[in-house]
Amino acid sequence: MDDSQTGNRSLQILIADDSDSDRLILKTLLRRLGHDVLDAANGVEAVELFRHASPQLVFLDAMMPQMDGMEAARKIKALAGERLVPLIFLTSLTNADALVSCLEAGGDDFLTKPYNRVIIEAKINAFNRMRLMHETISQHRDLIHEHNRKLTEEQHTAKRVFDNIAHTGCLDADSIRYHVSPLSIFNGDILFACPSPAGGIQILIGDFTGHGLPAAVGAMPVAEIFYGMTAKGFSGSDVLREINQKLKRILPAGMFCCAAMIQADFALNQVQVWNGGLPDGWLVRQDGSRRSLPSSHLPLGVLDATRFDATMTVIQAHTGDTLMFMTDGVLETESIQGEMFGDRGVVTALNELKGEVHPFDAVIDRVKAFSGGLLDQDDLTLVTLDMAESEVLGSLSEEVPLSALEGPEEWHCVYELRDRTLGQFSPLPLLLHICMEVPALRRRSGEIYTLLSELYTNALEHGILGLPSEWKRTADGFGHYYAERERRLSNISDHYITFRLTHSMTDGGGRLVIVCEDSGRGFDYHNHAGTTGPGRGYAGRGLMLLQRLAGSLTFRERGNHVEIVYDWHFSEADPAEGVAVTQHGGPS
Amino acid sequence: MPIHTRRSEDGQTLIIKIDGRFDFSTHQAFRDAYEHGDQDIKGYVVDLSDTTYLDSSALGMLLLLRDYAGGDSAAISIENCNSDVRRILAISNFEQLFAIR
Repeated sequence: MDDSQTGNRSLQILIADDSDSDRLILKTLLRRLGHDVLDAANGVEAVELFRHASPQLVFLDAMMPQMDGMEAARKIKALAGERLVPLIFLTSLTNADALVSCLEAGGDDFLTKPYNRVIIEAKINAFNRMRLMHETISQHRDLIHEHNRKLTEEQHTAKRVFDNIAHTGCLDADSIRYHVSPLSIFNGDILFACPSPAGGIQILIGDFTGHGLPAAVGAMPVAEIFYGMTAKGFSGSDVLREINQKLKRILPAGMFCCAAMIQADFALNQVQVWNGGLPDGWLVRQDGSRRSLPSSHLPLGVLDATRFDATMTVIQAHTGDTLMFMTDGVLETESIQGEMFGDRGVVTALNELKGEVHPFDAVIDRVKAFSGGLLDQDDLTLVTLDMAESEVLGSLSEEVPLSALEGPEEWHCVYELRDRTLGQFSPLPLLLHICMEVPALRRRSGEIYTLLSELYTNALEHGILGLPSEWKRTADGFGHYYAERERRLSNISDHYITFRLTHSMTDGGGRLVIVCEDSGRGFDYHNHAGTTGPGRGYAGRGLMLLQRLAGSLTFRERGNHVEIVYDWHFSEADPAEGVAVTQHGGPS
Repeated sequence: MPIHTRRSEDGQTLIIKIDGRFDFSTHQAFRDAYEHGDQDIKGYVVDLSDTTYLDSSALGMLLLLRDYAGGDSAAISIENCNSDVRRILAISNFEQLFAIR
């Protein structure tokens, strides 16, 4: 920083005047005031001196040979660029037009000859103040630009980090359509989707209160929990409970996450939904009818674990049905007239739905039209999920690298759940985890999960709770079934489910034997095959699935004891590639 | 000032009234309204009769008040909401946490 900026104040001043005497007078005067003076006898010299010395203040005689003051003024202002260099014309002119043209050429003021020392001093001080102020403002502006540039850059870097953790999962699946604003994460919106080992899909859409970094920070653990738990086979409820507990612990009071969870089980033709604080979701059926899925819970991160309710609503949904959820950015989209899109906008879009138009397009097109063609709001997230035929089982396992033969080969384990725990805890993730210790089973995780989960569901719902699967064949019965399941679960006593898992190596592969036994009354399995046949109900489908996946399925005792033998072979190396590699015997 | 406070006649209830938009811009004023209150305040009334709009940060502020007033044991009622405001409170299921009248 030079002295001139600290206020006191020796300035470097350029003076240009073709009159030697006038120049000497002014030069002497300015030197006495303590300034450093450069002098030029014409415009050309003045411009050259300015170029090399960059003085802070310039006095120019208006009339000079070679290059007059006006021309020199224009050149000097151009050289100064953004810097404010006060430029004062020296003139004996008095006519207004001449004075005006001085100012128009870029001059800031003029001084008339003969000089008055007091006025010159006052003008220099005044212009110096202006110059300093301009410098300060320029610095602040540059600082703000720099901060803004850094912030944007940081956001983009943070977004890349975030994308690595909170990757979009399987949002690119054919059955999912979505709109997310590019940097929406910094407005607190989240959207994740992950295939579950059972072959279904779980989707979490949410909206944190607040904006910017605080909102984005909360999204990180949510993503970790969601992907980690879903891939391990935890249900939507379990994932919600865990996320809620985490957010309750880490978020300050007053910050929370409005969210909806969708758990789609394609094989069962059912979806489970949970809406805590998001706008109404919709199930649009193939026949055009629809059902709203309103928020019936507090947002995530508000209630502590004991009061949090993660109960999901179970709904029957078939191929061709579409589920839709959105964040409130959709409803808050404003028209040019300042009106809000609102629930009404969504309902109107769905009412006018016809023919082949997908509900996603219907709503997003209407939002676009409403807002004047733009979707520039940063916190607008919309997702739809189409119910489909059973997805290919084990789509997850393809991502697991095939490791060498490490891990347990010969083992046996017994796991028994009793009473209250039956209603509160799913043993499936744990059992799947145990099986996944066998490397060759990892790429079959989808099948293994399905075996375990079908056995468990049959044991719990039919064996212990005694729920008749026929109920689920009608829409009304379906609701009744799940209400009754909930009621009976809360009254379980003196019951158990036992899993016995045994794994051993065979010639060319391995064998996993799963025995599932429950304390229920069992059923008449001798006649069962006949009664289900190519059954349409869920029970029929469940058993068929087990039979298709496992080499053998055996009922024992009173039908409460089911044994499955699942054989695998090295030669089924990678079902995804469809190439059979025969590897008899030991590790390659 | 869009936020006014007064005491009930017995002096034990603090009534906080919010005019116009209840959103992030009222954050500091809303906090000031209850944080400088006396120890003998037993309950709170949030009067929304002249509140035109309420956003999610306002919901957050209500939770802050609830926390300040003792969490689960807080005695807070939210009164006189218009239908839009009531709807926002309903979507978030705040009736589970506050007495909404």
